[in-house]
Amino acid sequence: MRNNYIYIAVMAGVSFLIRVLPMTVIRKQIKSRFLRSFLFYVPYVTLAVMTFPAIITAAAHPLAGAVALAAGVLLAWMGGGLFPVAVLCSVTVFVMDALL
Amino acid sequence: MQDRTHSEHGHVFAQGARDGIPIGLGYFAVAFSLGISAKAAGLDPFQAFTASLLTIASAGEYAAFTLIAAGASYLEMAAVIFITNCRYILMSCAMSQRLDPETSTLHRIGMGTFITDEIFGASISREGYLNPQYTYGLASTSVLPWAFGTMFGVIAGNILPASVVTALSVSIFGMFIAIIVPPARKDPVVLFTVLASFLLSWLSGQVSLFSSVSEGTRIMILTVIIASAVALLFPVKEEQDA
Repeated sequence: MRNNYIYIAVMAGVSFLIRVLPMTVIRKQIKSRFLRSFLFYVPYVTLAVMTFPAIITAAAHPLAGAVALAAGVLLAWMGGGLFPVAVLCSVTVFVMDALL
Repeated sequence: MQDRTHSEHGHVFAQGARDGIPIGLGYFAVAFSLGISAKAAGLDPFQAFTASLLTIASAGEYAAFTLIAAGASYLEMAAVIFITNCRYILMSCAMSQRLDPETSTLHRIGMGTFITDEIFGASISREGYLNPQYTYGLASTSVLPWAFGTMFGVIAGNILPASVVTALSVSIFGMFIAIIVPPARKDPVVLFTVLASFLLSWLSGQVSLFSSVSEGTRIMILTVIIASAVALLFPVKEEQDA
């Protein structure tokens, strides 16, 4: 059994360095086009990989998760913000799981 | 003059604090579902509060709690936090380009500490040099709801019926969707990247090679491979930033 506080210290320490170091150390634009492109795409890949297929398996019924995904994508596509989209996905799963 | 500067600082801080309220409300709800993952990983309410207060990262914390639940090594934890929070490097770089060169190192550290998708987005959307006070204002009303939301998720996660917990646990994916869809709509390459990530993520779950590695490692490997491939195929234009 590993220690949760060491886990938390690692989480906090690495996050802090990632956020603070570039801003304090690098005072010029990053030159490497590959590195800039890589960093540009990273968030989208990470979040997409974490979302799918996990959202399908998180619901009691896979269909409920699939509908929540579709509803969330639709609302976000139409300009829905973080909070409304999160609520819609939750409500969709709750209602669908109850019906199925 | 000194007084005037102080009151201007106060005004900008107050603006940030006001703009941070809707962010904080959203954070509280999403953090609540994150707390359910924290509880599943065996964290107590205080540990979850501390983890959220000091890490302030939805995707990163979610991946981290998954790792804790799996009993991963500390090195794996560091690697996964690095990968899932990689975007903050880009945001930190982008913010560095928008600072008054005179901005002190202390303010650079202070502003960097609070970089999240939303705080970054709100901070960078303002005209001219970034004012540290605005970023601090944003953080003042959003970071604590994030930490308390996680704590209450741990406490109340087991009071609520299973169907409600399941529904709430999906809200974090809703938040991820809300972050990735708007840029995917604007940029066909981002849309392609998201769809390719969905497909490969699903495929990797079907391949026995990936069944032996943890969820965090799978995310990390896929991220490095897909983001590298897209960066080689579609390098960003020179003026395209953040």
